[in-house]
Amino acid sequence: MTNATELVKLSAAEMAAKLKAKEVSSRELTEAHLAVIDKAEPTVDAFLKVAAESALAEADAFDAKNAKGETEGLPELAGVPIAIKDMIVTKGIETTAASKILEGWVPPYDATVISKIKAAGMPILGKTNLDEFAQGSSTEHSAYKTTKNPWDAERVPGGSGGGSASAVGAFEAPIALGTDTGGSIRQPGAFTGTVGVKPTYGGVSRFGAIAMASSLDQIGPVSRTVLDSALLHEVIGGHDKRDSTSIPREVPPVVAAAREGLKMDLTGLKVGLVKELSGDGFQADVEARFNESVKLLEGMGAEVVEVSCPHFPAALGAYYIIMPSEVSSNLARYDGMRYGLRVMPPADVPQTAANMMAYTREAGFGDEVKRRIILGTYALSAGYYDAWYGSAQKVRTLVIEDFKNAFEKVDVLVSPTAPTTAFKFGEKTADPITMYLGDVTTIPANMGGVPAMSIPAGLGDDGMPVGFQFFAPQMQDEKMYKPAAALEAALENQWGGPIWNKLNTPWLAD
Amino acid sequence: MAEKLMKFSEAVKKYDPVIGLETHVELSTNTKLFCPAHIEFGGEPNTQLTPVSLGLPGSLPVINKTAVDYAIKLGLALHCEIAEWSQFARKNYFYPDMPRDYQISQYDKPTNGNGYLDVELDDGSIFRVPIERAHIEDDAGKNTHIGGADGRIEGADHSLVDYNRAGVPLIEIVTKPIEGVGDRAAEIAGAYMRTLRDIVRALNISHARMEQGNMRADVNVSLRPSPSDPYGTRSETKNVNSFRGIEKTITYEIRRQAARLDEGKEILQETRHWDESTQTTAGGRLKTDADDYRYFPDPDLVMLHITKEHIAEIAAEMPEMPRERRNRLQKEWGLSDLQMRDIINADALDLIEETVKAGAKAAGARKWWLGELSREANKKEVSLEELPITPADVAEVEKLIASGKLNDKLAKQTVAGVLAGEGTPDEVVKKHGYKIVEDTGAIEAAVDEALAANPDVAEKLKSGNMKPMGVIIGAVMKATRGQADAKAVTKIVMSKVKG
Repeated sequence: MTNATELVKLSAAEMAAKLKAKEVSSRELTEAHLAVIDKAEPTVDAFLKVAAESALAEADAFDAKNAKGETEGLPELAGVPIAIKDMIVTKGIETTAASKILEGWVPPYDATVISKIKAAGMPILGKTNLDEFAQGSSTEHSAYKTTKNPWDAERVPGGSGGGSASAVGAFEAPIALGTDTGGSIRQPGAFTGTVGVKPTYGGVSRFGAIAMASSLDQIGPVSRTVLDSALLHEVIGGHDKRDSTSIPREVPPVVAAAREGLKMDLTGLKVGLVKELSGDGFQADVEARFNESVKLLEGMGAEVVEVSCPHFPAALGAYYIIMPSEVSSNLARYDGMRYGLRVMPPADVPQTAANMMAYTREAGFGDEVKRRIILGTYALSAGYYDAWYGSAQKVRTLVIEDFKNAFEKVDVLVSPTAPTTAFKFGEKTADPITMYLGDVTTIPANMGGVPAMSIPAGLGDDGMPVGFQFFAPQMQDEKMYKPAAALEAALENQWGGPIWNKLNTPWLAD
Repeated sequence: MAEKLMKFSEAVKKYDPVIGLETHVELSTNTKLFCPAHIEFGGEPNTQLTPVSLGLPGSLPVINKTAVDYAIKLGLALHCEIAEWSQFARKNYFYPDMPRDYQISQYDKPTNGNGYLDVELDDGSIFRVPIERAHIEDDAGKNTHIGGADGRIEGADHSLVDYNRAGVPLIEIVTKPIEGVGDRAAEIAGAYMRTLRDIVRALNISHARMEQGNMRADVNVSLRPSPSDPYGTRSETKNVNSFRGIEKTITYEIRRQAARLDEGKEILQETRHWDESTQTTAGGRLKTDADDYRYFPDPDLVMLHITKEHIAEIAAEMPEMPRERRNRLQKEWGLSDLQMRDIINADALDLIEETVKAGAKAAGARKWWLGELSREANKKEVSLEELPITPADVAEVEKLIASGKLNDKLAKQTVAGVLAGEGTPDEVVKKHGYKIVEDTGAIEAAVDEALAANPDVAEKLKSGNMKPMGVIIGAVMKATRGQADAKAVTKIVMSKVKG
């Protein structure tokens, strides 16, 4: 057997190939990752819950099938272990959304994506950390722990999906699932040097994804390679009758597109640089890495033009109206009545249901969640609805128009994934607005419902990863996978190997 | 504290009442509005649940297409405009029986809007009730308050919540302000509710049993000095669940509000409750700081698209509407307007029709349901359909009479047996050995005996005076324990006295 450190450094696709060739078992892969989790967690803190026992049972079940040759028809990633953001419900595994209000809640059902992962025989290693209810951009708003960036333990991994990104970046898992409402998969991808994909809204079922802002939320893959994300995308994608917003179409051919991209020929591809996502507020080294990557795309035959999306800057403000409005309603159900935390009022306060709800919510929600509930409640109030929510929806329509116009001229749009590299803990928590402004690059995709992804484009002057973002037209996710895979290959050629060769991983040393 | 009331006749002379009804009809779909949880009345608490109907984190609603079709049917029956695109909205408020702490309803884009319902009043005239909208929404669960005196929340020490009803589909039919009702306000409201109930049943979209809460109404009443004045402040009496309760609420509110206005007091905009035991409405929650439900389109549900073709398909399958059916049956049964109205008022149309379908003659069916059985229902204070006798039973009794196996007296005894739970008419007849004595020998002997015992009667009969015939029949019946056929007895008596 290959040693554990070598195993976990493989891509998910390579692991899958070894499983198929019976060179390695799912149990070996799972044990190897559990071992890394053991060693890395004191430094990284990516997991809220490690599900070693059930993961090994799932691995054994797959190995038994594999031994009998009964894996016909299973996805390519069958038997490869995975980590799940704790925003997605898993039957029998505590699911908290990193909130005290759901502490101890064990779901009685699986999200659709989890059913698909289980059907594929993919062991679930555990549940990863996030900002409480996915509300934040640094994972500092988790009620349980602070996840560190594997590149620098003094820096945030991004958010809200910092746990999934750090787990994959630190080799604790080869792949993971995230949720992306305003950039929660892509921005942590950029901050940790991993690949993060937000599929088309409606492309992956939201059934079982704990709702933050329903019209923006989307589940997507986290990985270390573009191909691995494509493989996972095809496992989880497709129509689901249990999600009314799910699009009744086949998953776009993203794996084929990623493999095509590895040929590094982008002749005929038209790439649009989003004019509004550069300049003021963007770190110089981030822009430098971005421009170098654009050159590489050109070098592979792509035609690059500048495209204006005039309403993208307004998207941020509109997002911070629509998102909290939906949050205020979606989080109403956490009232202490049926599940999760219940806090009774003190003895001198009437012991009524209404008071119990108030005390439970006061104790169970963190500040950022409360801030958004209050903002959203205000924005939806009678007399303010048209001025706030109504106007924000109009901006949203304009953002959709911008995408439509842009995609009449080009095949994909590109921008830096985030204006900065990963910041230090505490740097932005005091001023929520500064934190919100960092989402300016990722939010347009959620507002427009289009797919977008981030891949690593090198390191900044601070030694931290920089993300490069692709946007594609709705339900044409494959269009971004091809140039992303091509760029990934070109960058690796330039660097002489993947970006994580530059990562210091003391927890992998024997 | 008893409220002051004005005499009704005086109140409607001084003021012009305007009423409005918001009726919730629970649809009889097999599953809930937004998930496949099975629906059954009276199930064990909290057994008809899915993650969706319990509002578990991550669960998502998906619309039940049957419920939408039911709504379209009702929209067509109420002459509504059916929107090609309608939308669900969230009505946000915290309450223990609301699993998500918001109700999924329709707000500014309801499926059905702008219709009307023509209702027939006691004098045969037609009153047109304008319909504002008939929208789709889901029901809440049910709270049971324990430890208080009368099951109310006041004084209870804890409450239990049953979420079985949470997510059951409802249609809320909202009238426009109904003007020009005058002293017939209560009658119009009652006729409207009964007509609506009949339509809903004809469409087969709800069991529409008010006593089970399948149908309940919020009753709005306001007064103004004259029809040319703007509407007065209204009171809203919530969840009235009987036709009589609705009628009485309206009469009571008109009298109460008139008395207040006369004293120069203002009418509070509040929700009230109809109290059956005191026959009054009691004040509830003040609505002064207008509730803010923060409605917004539900992002979990795509807009509902109803094509013209689909509406046409449903329209083609619409059953006969109650008024057409009533006219048809009246003709088939050969009844006068008055007789037909008696049937309607007794809520016996369905029962009589089913009895006729089961083989009885219309006259016989009508006689039973409006006579003997209505008396029994009144005595027990239940509706006719709650009596433990089916139209098939009644038809069976009628057949036994027609075939000469029972006379009127035995038939009544048989029906009494069925009502007493002794089984079907056949079983009751067998159990008691009811049969008309056909043995003419036995009857002749009894007749001879009776004539001998009453020589004066025999003389009168001989001379053609038929009046005392009853004495002989009575005596024969007594002797045969009621099992003789009166006609047969008469025949024998006549042959004897004339022979």
